[in-house]
Amino acid sequence: MKFDKRAGDILVWAFLLSAPFWLPMIGSYVELGTRVVIYALAAMALNFLLGYTGVLSFGHAAYFGLGAYGTALTIKYVYPSTPLGMLVGIVLGTLAAAVIGPMIARLRGVYFAMCTIAFGQVFYFIAFQWFSLTGGDDGVSAWHRMPLDFGFTTLDILNDNKAFYYFVVAIFGICAAAMAFLLRSPFGRTLLAIRENERRARFLGIPVDWHIWMSWVVSCFFVSIAGTLFALMNDFVDPRALRWDQSGNFVIMAVLGGMRSFWGPLIGSAIFLVLQDYISSETENWMSFIGLFFVLVVLFFPRGVLGIIRRKATS
Amino acid sequence: MTQLVLFNVFNGLIIGAFYALMALGLSLILNLSGVINFAHGGFLAIGGYLAYTLIPYLGFWGALIASPILTAFIGILIERVLIRRLYGRDPLYSLLLTFGLAFMIEDGTRFIWGAQSLPFQIPSWLSRPLSYQYFFLTGYRVFMVLLVTAAVGGLFLILNYTRLGVRIRAGTLDLETVSVLGVNVRVLRNLNFGLGIYLAGLAGVLASGMLGLQPTVGDNLIMPSFIAIIVGGLGSLPGTLVGGILIGVVSGVTTVFLPSASEAVMYVMMAAVLIVRPRGLLGEEGRF
Repeated sequence: MKFDKRAGDILVWAFLLSAPFWLPMIGSYVELGTRVVIYALAAMALNFLLGYTGVLSFGHAAYFGLGAYGTALTIKYVYPSTPLGMLVGIVLGTLAAAVIGPMIARLRGVYFAMCTIAFGQVFYFIAFQWFSLTGGDDGVSAWHRMPLDFGFTTLDILNDNKAFYYFVVAIFGICAAAMAFLLRSPFGRTLLAIRENERRARFLGIPVDWHIWMSWVVSCFFVSIAGTLFALMNDFVDPRALRWDQSGNFVIMAVLGGMRSFWGPLIGSAIFLVLQDYISSETENWMSFIGLFFVLVVLFFPRGVLGIIRRKATS
Repeated sequence: MTQLVLFNVFNGLIIGAFYALMALGLSLILNLSGVINFAHGGFLAIGGYLAYTLIPYLGFWGALIASPILTAFIGILIERVLIRRLYGRDPLYSLLLTFGLAFMIEDGTRFIWGAQSLPFQIPSWLSRPLSYQYFFLTGYRVFMVLLVTAAVGGLFLILNYTRLGVRIRAGTLDLETVSVLGVNVRVLRNLNFGLGIYLAGLAGVLASGMLGLQPTVGDNLIMPSFIAIIVGGLGSLPGTLVGGILIGVVSGVTTVFLPSASEAVMYVMMAAVLIVRPRGLLGEEGRF
């Protein structure tokens, strides 16, 4: 069986667009679908760096969280507008990534991973300790997303959970298209070259550090978009949104779905969140099971679901 | 004022000694096996809880000796069963694995010993303040500094004068050659992992005496340990030691002037080191 790429795309979109109709039928709920799409965007953004540039970041939760905090604080204190909140969140997350980028773009492998973890925690501590602004451990509450006003019509994403789902899917679609476009462009091809053989890429005169910095910023840009959506979904944000275990969740989603495939992180996100949803409703010790899940994925599914399917298809 | 600064310098020294103890264990494992052990904080908690359980039977001193050794055995077992399979693969996988382990250990300790903070008995003559006249300083803190010094001294003696230590250092530089020379690299990495976890267990017992015991006791110590390694320089154990004590003292002094920045100053130091000297204070050029 040959795995047809276009068939895969159509299948993914068919699933995403019809989800609100069949999710309640199988005993689930629309919000779970929204969560899956938001986490999928975050994991795909991470995979831009992890799978396509070959650089291991373990601190993406920070920029996810910055997006979320930017949105929440803007809507609560500045002006109650969903697009404005999102804009501030995205700018905040991307700017932070752009500033930190040059410091870590020179590093590789484990060293890069360690520095991203450590830098990620900076924002956790800021969110935790700046009580007067962020509410510390209690988070930013008492605000909610606003209906979208297009002038000629309004989309009530506040009360209609299906409308919010489609709003999230629309943004997911734009971001996915943008990432696919970037990966097909000369810039994206250069990233692949760096992943495959950094030394050769350097000999060809490619400014490797600059490309890694750019890839890092692009990746953090998309992850902060996911962060803003996350804040809008919950109408709430707390420091756990940007803690290191969140970064780990993104990485495991990308690995579980398949790092070398475009839609892999989406599948990983769906499996992970459905499982987490189920386990945390069944037992108090869900952390153990999630931990065990990490261990099992690493030991038995290092190539991810799509990696396995693809290998079966080629053999 | 001078007194306050002095007090905080000493306090920073104690905290720094902790960071160094944690970071040295992490660094040992990282240098020889290329594994960032995210579960290090979990092992620290295990060390503390085991000591808590052992104290009624062995007393404080017995637990202080036995608990880190037991923790090291758990570490050796985990390395043998799980982590060993991932050597030579992308560091991503070992990172994810230890990440999962950290979850499991935190939840496991909560399951066994409960989520509430447990009191940790230390000998009463140690918990007494040394002097009321100058500043508040319990004997336990001085004792901790002495013990950490002894442990670090012991570690460097092992690394410099025993066959195991020499092999660990050689393996850090060039594992392939060491393997060709007939050293069993699997056993070497196994023992080295145990050594690193021993240090985490020891830090756990000491930390519980000062901070009390809860499942997340390691969480606040692991990030500073990472920073200690980055500041000190990857691949250099003396660097890690210097880095740990340095960030401890600097954050201690910052507490005097700007208490809310005591955490942030560590990250500022890390950023400064990465900009000016990406390999760290004592790190080798071109290792990473």
